[in-house]
Amino acid sequence: MFAYYIDLAVRSLKRNKALTALMVLAIALGIGASMTTLTVLHALSGDPLPGRSGQLYYPQIDPRDMNGYQPGGEPPGQVSWIDGANLLRAKRARRQALMTGGQVPVQPTQANLDPFYVDARYTTADFFPMFDTPFEYGRAWTAAEDEATARVAVISSSLNAKLFGGKNSIGKTLRADDVDLRIIGVLGDWRPNPHFYDLYLGQYGENEDVFVPLSTSQDLKYAHSGSVDCWSSGGQENMKTAPCTWLQLWVQLDTPAEFESYQSFLIHYSQEQKGLGRFQRPPNVRLRDVMQWLDYSHVVPADVRLQTWLALGFLMVCLVNTVGLMLAKFLRRSGEISVRRALGAARRAVFEQLLVEAGIVGLAGGIGGLLLAQVGLWLVRQQPADYAKLAHLDPMMLGVTFVLAIGASLLAGLLPAWRACRIAPALQLKAN
Amino acid sequence: MDILPILATFRRHRITALLIVLEIALTCAIVCNAVFLISQRVHRVDMPSGVAEHELVQVQVVDIGDRPDAKARGEEDLAALRAIPGVKSVARINQLPFTDSSWNNNIFLSATQKQPTLDATLYFGINVLQTLGTRLTEGRDFNPDEYAEYRDVLRDPKLTPPVVIITRALAQKLWPGESALGQTIYFDPQTPMQVIGVVADLIRPSLSGGDDAAQWTTVVPLRFSGGGSYALRTDPGQRQRVIKAAVTALKALDPKRIIRQQRTLDDARAEFFQADRAMAGMLLGVILAVLLVTGLGIVGLASFWVAQRRRTIGIRRALGATRGDILRYFQTENFLIVTFGILLGMVLAYGLSLWLMAHYEMPRLPVAYLPIGAIVLWLIGQAAVLGPAMRAAAVPPVVATRSV
Repeated sequence: MFAYYIDLAVRSLKRNKALTALMVLAIALGIGASMTTLTVLHALSGDPLPGRSGQLYYPQIDPRDMNGYQPGGEPPGQVSWIDGANLLRAKRARRQALMTGGQVPVQPTQANLDPFYVDARYTTADFFPMFDTPFEYGRAWTAAEDEATARVAVISSSLNAKLFGGKNSIGKTLRADDVDLRIIGVLGDWRPNPHFYDLYLGQYGENEDVFVPLSTSQDLKYAHSGSVDCWSSGGQENMKTAPCTWLQLWVQLDTPAEFESYQSFLIHYSQEQKGLGRFQRPPNVRLRDVMQWLDYSHVVPADVRLQTWLALGFLMVCLVNTVGLMLAKFLRRSGEISVRRALGAARRAVFEQLLVEAGIVGLAGGIGGLLLAQVGLWLVRQQPADYAKLAHLDPMMLGVTFVLAIGASLLAGLLPAWRACRIAPALQLKAN
Repeated sequence: MDILPILATFRRHRITALLIVLEIALTCAIVCNAVFLISQRVHRVDMPSGVAEHELVQVQVVDIGDRPDAKARGEEDLAALRAIPGVKSVARINQLPFTDSSWNNNIFLSATQKQPTLDATLYFGINVLQTLGTRLTEGRDFNPDEYAEYRDVLRDPKLTPPVVIITRALAQKLWPGESALGQTIYFDPQTPMQVIGVVADLIRPSLSGGDDAAQWTTVVPLRFSGGGSYALRTDPGQRQRVIKAAVTALKALDPKRIIRQQRTLDDARAEFFQADRAMAGMLLGVILAVLLVTGLGIVGLASFWVAQRRRTIGIRRALGATRGDILRYFQTENFLIVTFGILLGMVLAYGLSLWLMAHYEMPRLPVAYLPIGAIVLWLIGQAAVLGPAMRAAAVPPVVATRSV
């Protein structure tokens, strides 16, 4: 019976090609625009570390003086050197890493390559196991090497490809800002998006090429980049004592009990520092996991959300348009429907048949919409935005496209089909 | 015109007529707000910078390794850049417009104030205003003896120079209706700074603090060595040559250093506002697509109505109606439907604007945008109905005598 309905629907759609084309075009445009923006939104609000992000937390404490104090305000988004070092040394979490961003000039030994700048991350040993970074060659550095300000570096696979042609470069030398570092590890393909662990340096598509122990980077006076937020007028020449927050601390807490105990540790630490006179404000701590931190930081650009709403509004216009056209189309066939009804077709059968027709329009519109979405995503990728490269359709969004298209056109078909099968056959036949 | 019979037919096609009205209303709401959004973006892209954009180029150079002789090298660089033919003025400035990262300072109006009044950006270097071509509207520029060394101020904030130049926008924000000259601001309680000059505009390098704060700018007499960018002023036609010559000169002084940035300020502005232009383009695309869909929808439904009423049209023609009467009938019908749609659409447009204000920090939709949407939709409606209406007018009276 279903196959017969499909046959009927195709015949009916062929009978009025212009109207069918109009409906398919409207659905395709609406679906294409919606899928383009939804795909971008989906890519941007994704989980950077699936499976691990729920155990990674970003502690925030408030070390500022009373200037500008407002009860209930948010603590700073980063930590100072003293607090970062204290919390790191306390080792109250399963793993913890202190880090900040920077840029270092790399001086290749090859004569044909000019020196160039790369983004760098200065961090501590737990960074690699905690974020579960893949290694192509070699290993991460150890806590002992952190302690010893070892002249070591882990590099990205793309830098390894550029400098060493992708070969195993363990033990080779990386000359960075006139200092020789020993390469001990080469990362595999690791590009978490958003760049969750430091949102102050671009939020998407920002991945470091060189990783150096934090202690080493300070020892060598490597250039810092990122946000520095200072509160009192103390000297700011030495960043290790300056009243400024400029580092990020991440901790791994596997169980709710660990979370609870870490949170109370942060409060306890704040109280202790206040007792020592370093902190002045009442304890004010936050402990957000990765997704909560991204959400709090409004990492998805407002323009992207606005575009999504706009596209959904457009889809609604397209749907209203399709409802109108389908109604016209179905009512035009009143005579045919009446004959079928008079010959004994149940109202339900007619209804089903008309919905099959609506579904076929949706399928065709979905295919058209998919093509338009590919064009739309290609256009997005041509934009200069840092997230542009992430705009690709994945299998899940492909499925969503068809569900949305067919669902939308079935919805659009409901009212016209219901109206059409309510036609009184006798009246219609008599009128003809 | 016979509006009553048209209204009577609406009653017979209640759902279809309602659907078109709804579609036009939604289109009207989207188009009005989208046009407004575009105008906002276009306006933003043209934001004044207060600098001689067409005459400026930026060259940023970074030395490798620790450089104890940074100061002497800086002087060498400046001398070499000044020697380039066609260069009118050179300055090393801590930051330049349109770079998306800015130095900011909290501003207090008294030494005892706890909450900062606002935060403003901070430009410094020697010859900043003269090189950037920023116009003083009141007061004076810094004297050579007023400059302090940035490194010293970092170590001891008390060494901050006691003078500052601010923008007109910042002056009006801090002291509405008063002259800013002679007023005092504080970066921190120990260092009062007297306003000695006011400039017309000088844009913040990053607008992450919101567009309202775009002109909250201070200029302080600080010298520094190492870091920052060179700004070179020249004739618009000489810019590319000057960039090349500057890079060559800087590399000649030390082949090991890295040129991080070399561009004209015009290019910097274009890049800075690229996202706004892309958004405006996207909005324009949506407007065109939504108008296309609505227009085609009207064509489709009008064609359906014409086909459905062939007999009635034939009878009217047989009874003496002219082709023009039939044509005008469908045009009036369309005009009425579109008008209902526009009325509903204005309410929706206003509602949408309220929602945008709540979620996206948008200003209220100005009333002037509503007629734009209305006129566009009337035109689209009339254009869309013309074809079907002409087909209706072409129905011969003889149809009345035939059965279907």
